[in-house]
Amino acid sequence: MAERMLVQGNEAVGWGAVSAGCLYFFGYPITPQNEIPEWFARELPKRGGVFVQSESETGSINMLMGGASTGVRCMTSTSSPGWGLMQEGISSISAAELPCVVVLVQRGGPGGGSIRHSQMDYMAVTRGGGGGGYKNIVLAPASVQEVHDLMQLAFYLADKYLNQVVVLSDGIIGQIAELMEVKTIDFGPLPEKDWAVRSIGRQKDGKRRMISHGKGVIAGPPYFTYIAYLDHLKEKYQQMADAEVRYESYQTDDAKLILVAYGYVARVSKEAVNMARDQGLKVGLIRPITLWPFPYQQIREKAQLGCNFLVAEDSMGLLVEDVRIGVEGKAEVNLLDISARHMPTDGGMILPGRVLQEIRRVL
Amino acid sequence: MNKSIVKEKAWGWPAACLDLPVWGIYCPGCQHPTVARLIAEVTDELGVGDRVILVMGVGCHAFAGFGLNFDTISSCHGRAPDLATAVKRIYPDTIVFNLQGDGDCIAIGAGPFIAALTRGEMITVIMLNNNNYGTTGGQLAPTTLMGQRTSTSPEGRIAGREGFPAHVAELAAGFKGTAYSARGALNTIANYQRTKRYIKTAFKKQIDNVGFSFVEVLSACPANWHLTPLESLKWIEEKVIPEFPLGEFRNVDRIE
Repeated sequence: MAERMLVQGNEAVGWGAVSAGCLYFFGYPITPQNEIPEWFARELPKRGGVFVQSESETGSINMLMGGASTGVRCMTSTSSPGWGLMQEGISSISAAELPCVVVLVQRGGPGGGSIRHSQMDYMAVTRGGGGGGYKNIVLAPASVQEVHDLMQLAFYLADKYLNQVVVLSDGIIGQIAELMEVKTIDFGPLPEKDWAVRSIGRQKDGKRRMISHGKGVIAGPPYFTYIAYLDHLKEKYQQMADAEVRYESYQTDDAKLILVAYGYVARVSKEAVNMARDQGLKVGLIRPITLWPFPYQQIREKAQLGCNFLVAEDSMGLLVEDVRIGVEGKAEVNLLDISARHMPTDGGMILPGRVLQEIRRVL
Repeated sequence: MNKSIVKEKAWGWPAACLDLPVWGIYCPGCQHPTVARLIAEVTDELGVGDRVILVMGVGCHAFAGFGLNFDTISSCHGRAPDLATAVKRIYPDTIVFNLQGDGDCIAIGAGPFIAALTRGEMITVIMLNNNNYGTTGGQLAPTTLMGQRTSTSPEGRIAGREGFPAHVAELAAGFKGTAYSARGALNTIANYQRTKRYIKTAFKKQIDNVGFSFVEVLSACPANWHLTPLESLKWIEEKVIPEFPLGEFRNVDRIE
């Protein structure tokens, strides 16, 4: 019987990371993700790893850039204001094609906002806040177990594509405690990190390695022009978009109304689907697990079959824009947003009864 | 042929300097490539080139990074101490050094620099101080001299508006985790040799695991100072050194 333990979503980040062989963490305190750096500070030294508390989130992301340059698996975590500070580094990591993982535990915004949960960083994460139009794979767990599992997938995908992967959590997923099984997931072989900086003495061919976030500008292998480098990035992003879409489809086969939700609101929405089904309402749920690449195709297919959509999200309306892109004007897209919280405070939540009420209204 | 003659290399291209066109990028009279050469000579003499990892900042100094035969990472502007911290913590047996400019190190990069000093990171920072932003066309830097005219201080630096020059070698010396902090110049042969000794000592402090080591090098920027190379050397002697005194500000063999 596999070991199961009661842990918080934030702690599951740590368990998942070490299951993936990540032994290096750089981070800065910010609520509601403090359990993550605290877990690594406690657990990494025991495992022969290194925890460094940075001077800021700008520090964290640049330490991560240094760490990822050496070819080891490493990560950082933050919450929404820290995410803003990280953007130059994220753009540069993406430009230099360094594999690493950033966990973002969303809190309320804009600005300093609230230290409680929200889902208000969807666009900032899926579209990228740094310059240059890079793409990062974004994974959105909806349970503690899934945090643990997606952390491992994140490291695998990062190494597979030499790209940064973001795990997008929120204040609820981070703070709830659930039973979790610690297990190492084998995703298959990966190429050797021959490009990594380790000092010339450690390189098998005795030749220098150079990591740059300005590739192709100074001509040199493998990119002799800037456009050749950008063409390579475009091709890689297309490969990720084609191969890495992940989603959960729940009760959608005969559904007339499809709910679309991620993270904690997906858990709430699933419960609302169950309640609606008990009342004989033909309702299903599409839960994107990858927010980029987004399951546009799956949404479009349902729209073409005549389904309408209800997007539930704890923000002023961000995910809804991707659903609108997906349906291409062929279906009605409704939105249940942050105003539907059970209390008008930063502690309010969107609850299943409210989602059910909206289902009944739009059906 | 007399086989008893032993040929010894007396002078030439250091092994760590690559024969690349990057050295020709620099303006006439610029001393950045000279500092790169000194670093290459030092790593050659210490025999540690294959253990070195260089983190470059953003600025003219970064071109030298391309020409030095070390594993290299190019960082975001000012963030080299963050990257170097991670690299050194992951591979403690490597020798990690940053090449940074004065703007890179103490304007945009003041945060990570002070944080690395606070943590007493086992890294070496070589900061080239040319009293202005050379790469972008000669704007005001924290190290610009009083009264010095730049493209963003057209009337000259005034205390009430732009404050006073930042003294980085003295600042670094004030941290307990610092093993070594010095300031050198390259305007005379004597200063050139002294600066080389400073750089060598800084690397040794890291090799011996003593603590953070720092060398500031006063570096001529004739193009943006609007002086000839020769006038620039005189300017350094008469204007720059009086503001930024040369010497070692901290040199300890053990930090407790």
